[in-house]
Amino acid sequence: MSPFLALFKRDLTLAVREGAALGTALGFYLIVVAMLPLGLGPDLKLLGRIAPGILWIALLLAALLSLPRVFEADHEDGSLEVMATAPLPLELAVASKALAHWVSTSIPLALLAPVLGLMLNLDIAIAPVLVATMLAGTPAISFLGSVGAALTLKARRGGLLLALLVLPLYIPTLIFGISAIGFANLGQEGFSASFLILSATSLASVALAPIAAAAALRLQLS
Amino acid sequence: MLLHADHLTVERGTRTVISDLSFTARAGEALLVVGPNGAGKTTLIRTIAGFIPPSAGVISLKGDTSDRDIAELSHYVGHLTGVKSNLTAAENLAFWAAYLEGGDRAAVSDKVDHALSLFGLGALADYPAGLLSAGQKRRLGLARLSVAARPIWLLDEPTVSLDAASTELLAGLIQEHLAGGGLVIAATHLPLGLEEPTYLRLGAKGAADLSPEAQP
Repeated sequence: MSPFLALFKRDLTLAVREGAALGTALGFYLIVVAMLPLGLGPDLKLLGRIAPGILWIALLLAALLSLPRVFEADHEDGSLEVMATAPLPLELAVASKALAHWVSTSIPLALLAPVLGLMLNLDIAIAPVLVATMLAGTPAISFLGSVGAALTLKARRGGLLLALLVLPLYIPTLIFGISAIGFANLGQEGFSASFLILSATSLASVALAPIAAAAALRLQLS
Repeated sequence: MLLHADHLTVERGTRTVISDLSFTARAGEALLVVGPNGAGKTTLIRTIAGFIPPSAGVISLKGDTSDRDIAELSHYVGHLTGVKSNLTAAENLAFWAAYLEGGDRAAVSDKVDHALSLFGLGALADYPAGLLSAGQKRRLGLARLSVAARPIWLLDEPTVSLDAASTELLAGLIQEHLAGGGLVIAATHLPLGLEEPTYLRLGAKGAADLSPEAQP
């Protein structure tokens, strides 16, 4: 098995066995979405209109919650030091871990979104588009998030700092994710343009974020 | 193979931990880094492993034909074991075997079985590593040394929490590695029971003294 796959498989195994990280993220997502109608009142029309936006923002926050764990455990038990001396470049190790985060956290969140959408009177016809934009957009969440996680690795109470660093970087993903849904909802042209830019944001993150995250990790190890 | 440090100076923050240190480690020879707490043993090992960039001086490797750098040619065993509590002992080691060297499933599992029995962990292979004692975890961490071949071993206090028998086992492994043309640099408070190691004594101010009477 190649080192990249070995690390990916190990991280997925750990995500399944530890369970808590995914459970917390899914639980948080559920709670935030469940509380919003209580705060906004039972206006079904209003809820239906803002449902995609709420689902997207709550997804960003829920994913953010699980990001600190991406490197923390490996740093605490010394695995990171061993990885830094392995033949596999640290950039690829970071990519493997971010990919594992995407599969183990972001995809389950994206798949939960249409179910939670029922609580917000989300138009069922929109649900497939919503999931599609989330699946296309969330690689950026995991990969850009890994940069923030690497930068705040040794900071005490790094979670808040992580949010400040990473959330602004999620703005393009949010804008184009929402606009793609909007265009699809209105049946207008422009969906494909928004969707392509959303995908491009993800692809650029996948290509560039590991380089930044690996550089940050090297600093943390010195 | 020959690892040479030339006028090495390493700073941590504003403090100079190692100043103007030169030494040579040869293949087949164990270099034991000794000195009081805070003398810079860990800093030196981490600098050689490439984690800390030296502020002056260079570490060079001669006689190596591959295009890998020192870090990639090294096993680094630090204070932390690199063991995951939620994986079994065998899974932990299989991951490192695949990560450090690759290879197909059968080859990896052969190496893991061999390493586990070598370190007396064969009966614990299927237990979650979180249930192992500190010494057993340390042995599991050290078992990494035998699942992937690396010419340079950088060991930072490898005997911590090991019992006498395990220390002897480790010494035997180091001896075997040296006999095979390997290079070992270890920071330690114990003599490790090695035959004729070279001592690199770091003083309180990071000054080096290589004379024979500097041995602990």
